[in-house]
Amino acid sequence: MSIKKTLFGPLFDNNPIALQILGICSALAVTTKMESVIVMAVAVTLVIAVSNFSVSLIRNHVPNSIRIIVMMTIIASLVIVTDQILKAYVYDVAKSMSVYIGLIITNCIVMGRAEAYAMKNGPFMSLLDGIGNGLGYSIVLIFVGVFRELFGSGKLFGVSLLPLTNEGGWYQGNGMMLLSPSAFFLIGIFIWVLRSWKKDQVGK
Amino acid sequence: MLAHYLSILTKAIFIENLALSFFLGMCTFLAVSKKVKTSLGLGVAVIVVQTITVPANNLIYNNLLKGGALAWAGMPNTDLTFLGLISYIGVIAAIVQIMEMVLDKYFPALYSALGIFLPLITVNCAILGGSLFMVERDYNFAESVTYGFGSGLGWALAIAALAGIREKMKYSDVPDGLQGLGITFITVGLMALGFLSFSGIQL
Repeated sequence: MSIKKTLFGPLFDNNPIALQILGICSALAVTTKMESVIVMAVAVTLVIAVSNFSVSLIRNHVPNSIRIIVMMTIIASLVIVTDQILKAYVYDVAKSMSVYIGLIITNCIVMGRAEAYAMKNGPFMSLLDGIGNGLGYSIVLIFVGVFRELFGSGKLFGVSLLPLTNEGGWYQGNGMMLLSPSAFFLIGIFIWVLRSWKKDQVGK
Repeated sequence: MLAHYLSILTKAIFIENLALSFFLGMCTFLAVSKKVKTSLGLGVAVIVVQTITVPANNLIYNNLLKGGALAWAGMPNTDLTFLGLISYIGVIAAIVQIMEMVLDKYFPALYSALGIFLPLITVNCAILGGSLFMVERDYNFAESVTYGFGSGLGWALAIAALAGIREKMKYSDVPDGLQGLGITFITVGLMALGFLSFSGIQL
């Protein structure tokens, strides 16, 4: 498989969220603000890339029967490091995301890619695959995040773009965008658009 | 006193439903909700595992990891909370493994009914999420038992309801690109809207 395909394939052709149904939990929960979206996207991409790389390095030395627990340990350690770094440098954002940073451990993308790709391929390609899938995940997150923050509170990255009526502007904020159900609708629509564009992804 | 536990229970089942208001366990939630029967099996497994792991992690947190918890071992200044994540996931993996063996030996019927779902539960974020929420809210042991049971039940309820809807949906005509995963997301969104109506309840 070519480098380009490994790196960019997961963006639209084989998107982890829209096609593989992996890692949806955190995709929905942290998307009310762009700030947390970016933090989450970067954190997940790094964790996938590094975990894919390390799993691939030791893939020939780990007995098959205990591979799950070995992967779990690698991923958990990486997430702990990420968690500590976030707490040290962007404490407020980390605080507002509460348990979802820890939940990267059980984010199926990380585990799924380690199992499906890194166990069978070399370290370099696995690293690329990790980055690619991280980017595919980030794209969906950013799509949902932009809509939710812009239409929900009229802002992007905390900068007011559509002045709200209760602050003297003209835009009436759409409260539903800030509530949980809107994330489901947006991802549903994202999948709809993606599948109308790339017909071969339509499920039964 | 009883009212306090009842309120934790109701809150965990309806108001703070793990699946519909915190989006936990979504991967399995969407993947295994095609049939009511299998989703009920998974729901029961989640209730059982959740009721055991949340209190178990509560004991570990309060007696080993929390700052000052190691005073009994002569180390009053040690704070091991950073080891939290790795020990919770270890506990969950171990308990799921033990449950598998126990069920296989004593309740073979239930074991074969749960089948593949049991090992899958290890990577279900609802389970780890339950433990993390328990730590964040500083529950004591009895509260954590209540919370574990309630949150598991809420999750099971949600997946059973979704499976019911999806079974009926086979008969409806959905636009091409929206079929399968797309319409499921929209359905879950509508269900979450429904569950939002509980959020006005003050306990």
